[in-house]
Amino acid sequence: MATTTAPIAAVHEQSYSPSGLWSWITTVDHKRIGVLYGVTAFIFFLIGGLEAVLMRIQLMRPGNEFVSPDFFNQLFTMHGTTMIFLGVMPLSASFFNFVVPLQIGARDVAFPRLNAFSYWVFLLGGIFLNLSFFLGGAPDVGWFGYSNLTSKQYSPGHGVDFWAVGLQILGVASLAAAFNFIVTIINMRAPGMKLMRMPVFTWMTLVTSFLMILAFPVITIALVFLLFDRFTGTNFFMASAGADPVLWQHLFWLFGHPEVYILILPAMGIISEVLPTFSRKPLFGYPVVVYSGIFIGFMGWGVWSHHMFSVGLGPIADSFFALTTMLIAIPTGVKIFNWIATIWGGRIEFKTAMLFAIGFISMFIMGGLSGFMHASPPSDLQQSDTYFIVAHIHYVLFGGSIMGIFAGIYYWFPKITGRYLGEGLGKAHFWLTLVTMNVTFFPMHFVGLLGMPRRVYTYAPNMGFNEMNLMSTVGAFGLAFATLIFVANVLRSRTHGAPAPADPWGAPTLEFAIASPPPVYNFGSLPTVHGLDPLWSKEAKDIIQQVNTVKGHIHMPPSSYWPAVSALGMTMLMSGIVFGWWVGIPGLVLMLVGFYSWSFEPCH
Amino acid sequence: MGAHAEEAHHTSTGLNNRKLLFWSFLGSECMFFGSLIATYLVYKGRSQVGPYPHEVFDIPLTSYSAFLLLMSSLTMVLALAAVQHNNRKGSLIWLAATALLGMHFVANQVYEFTDFLHRGLNLQTNLFGSTFYVLTGFHGTHVTVGVIWLWSLFMMALRGKLGADRSLDVEIAGLYWHFVDVVWIAIFTLIYLIQ
Repeated sequence: MATTTAPIAAVHEQSYSPSGLWSWITTVDHKRIGVLYGVTAFIFFLIGGLEAVLMRIQLMRPGNEFVSPDFFNQLFTMHGTTMIFLGVMPLSASFFNFVVPLQIGARDVAFPRLNAFSYWVFLLGGIFLNLSFFLGGAPDVGWFGYSNLTSKQYSPGHGVDFWAVGLQILGVASLAAAFNFIVTIINMRAPGMKLMRMPVFTWMTLVTSFLMILAFPVITIALVFLLFDRFTGTNFFMASAGADPVLWQHLFWLFGHPEVYILILPAMGIISEVLPTFSRKPLFGYPVVVYSGIFIGFMGWGVWSHHMFSVGLGPIADSFFALTTMLIAIPTGVKIFNWIATIWGGRIEFKTAMLFAIGFISMFIMGGLSGFMHASPPSDLQQSDTYFIVAHIHYVLFGGSIMGIFAGIYYWFPKITGRYLGEGLGKAHFWLTLVTMNVTFFPMHFVGLLGMPRRVYTYAPNMGFNEMNLMSTVGAFGLAFATLIFVANVLRSRTHGAPAPADPWGAPTLEFAIASPPPVYNFGSLPTVHGLDPLWSKEAKDIIQQVNTVKGHIHMPPSSYWPAVSALGMTMLMSGIVFGWWVGIPGLVLMLVGFYSWSFEPCH
Repeated sequence: MGAHAEEAHHTSTGLNNRKLLFWSFLGSECMFFGSLIATYLVYKGRSQVGPYPHEVFDIPLTSYSAFLLLMSSLTMVLALAAVQHNNRKGSLIWLAATALLGMHFVANQVYEFTDFLHRGLNLQTNLFGSTFYVLTGFHGTHVTVGVIWLWSLFMMALRGKLGADRSLDVEIAGLYWHFVDVVWIAIFTLIYLIQ
């Protein structure tokens, strides 16, 4: 084990990797793809945030005419779609990419070029979706695009087409990534890294990936039906032909509810890494946290109709879905108690990452409580389609997912860049975010219970909504400012941050055994793992020695531009549904050339 | 070729990476076809106008198609066995047989669709038309992709590049082929036989 050949210095020499735009386009390195995912998704996150700010300006006072009703519809549709499919999901994917291979002791993902392909499809799909703003109007039917509002009759423009095709393209990216991570996690673990020795973040990535490969086909089919209805005049959602528009809701939410867990489980994984590190205690009840995550993954399939209580499915269906929804709160509650027990009695260090993780717990509990309220159909009927629901989803998705993702960024930034992300600005970012998110979203509970419907571009002055709406708008500006602090912090720390050692936080997982930033090949030789939290075990010294010692020739996959070419071809082919054959046919040719060259390209 | 390097690669489960990828892909495909079949069943009997299923279905013809696809699974197994035993002649014969049976199935489907069109069942006519054509059309597309895949393997065998060392390529194509076959059994039972 303890070989003495190459000390750590030699590793730095070999960590050289080429720079320049072309090297990023052709890269198949999971770490670089992770960075690409992160930066791109954050830009989309800023666009989605801008859309939110525009909506808040419109709702600042009653009878406001800042944006037109029609543009307001586009704003809330694109805000939801962008934040979910172009923001939170790919931000999680950036951690999957960067962190998972390092945590399991692998040199890359199982299919590096497929990984690059996923990223390029995601990027191009996101651009395609947003092009709609400039080409006749963005989608304006809400992020869940209920039938029959999406029919040609009620939505004659191209907005819905951009939405449906855009989601199909993004679905390809998500599926390809999910297959890749399933195989990577199951098959690429270092010797001794048994399933129940994997870090919780890796576990949650695995559960999320399974949810993705099983949930995305369902929305794919729903969108296929929608596109057939719109382009060929079929009857899938035409009540006049005997069809039931509620079918769309079933298919959408059968995808949509697992999707909710696709958004939250990675954040739960992140804080399960952060909390133990900064409490100097192993995660409390590791197996229970893992099993709870798996149980949530299963149960997530049995609750979809709680999005549809107001449809009138009847008492039996309503009771069933109310019960399953309350049941799924149990494993979530178990996790929360495990996190609290992890902190309990620990030697707590309030670093920014830790603050965001604690922020996650407290805000997610609030989102969970309002969620539990509309698990009950009678109370849901009062809250459906009001701002109460908006408040709930923002507590779980902003207070939950986004806070978890920020915790992850502060936690792994030193690993990614080799520099700490500034703690001073970081704390300002955290406190401003925590306060202003409550200023923004807390009043929405009340304005919703008072009866203010969501997705309406304005309200009358005498409804009692005025002050609380103004408050939400002020809060939204605060959130925007907090996000700018974060951006400034990243830009500053990238070049001027304090240099970080291999293990900046004294963390227990394998990614902290290697240099920051890691060499291209990650591990000089693959580590042998003997239990949970390898760097907190008595074998830690041997493992650090082992992974920083290069033994023999390391073969890394060569870079390739065919994934990017194939992705461009596929996006052009699918966008041809909207643009016409003159884009689709060249896209098909490009895609076939790309795939063919890809499969016959030598790997080494 | 990439495959060699991967096959030599040690994996945690001992299962080849590409094979594991393919199994998860098939899991995903189950939800894909599951959604299509469920939609057909939900909309069964809700068409406002004819033609209705019992007016157009030709059960003997479809049974024959189902028989073709079942036989093609047998020939697929024989093709894999031949490739594993480095039997070039056998590989060529059984790969070609599988592909030809698949092509015969697709030809039957084209004939069936044309026949239905002549009897007045379009994609837009009624719910039966919409759900039936989209479901069986997606299945037919899967068979077509499989046929192209099989002929590509045949070409590799013809050029002597499909030895036992590449039998995994054939095995994965076989997984796909058997899956498409199983889906057809579900479609044949649920859509054609139980009316």
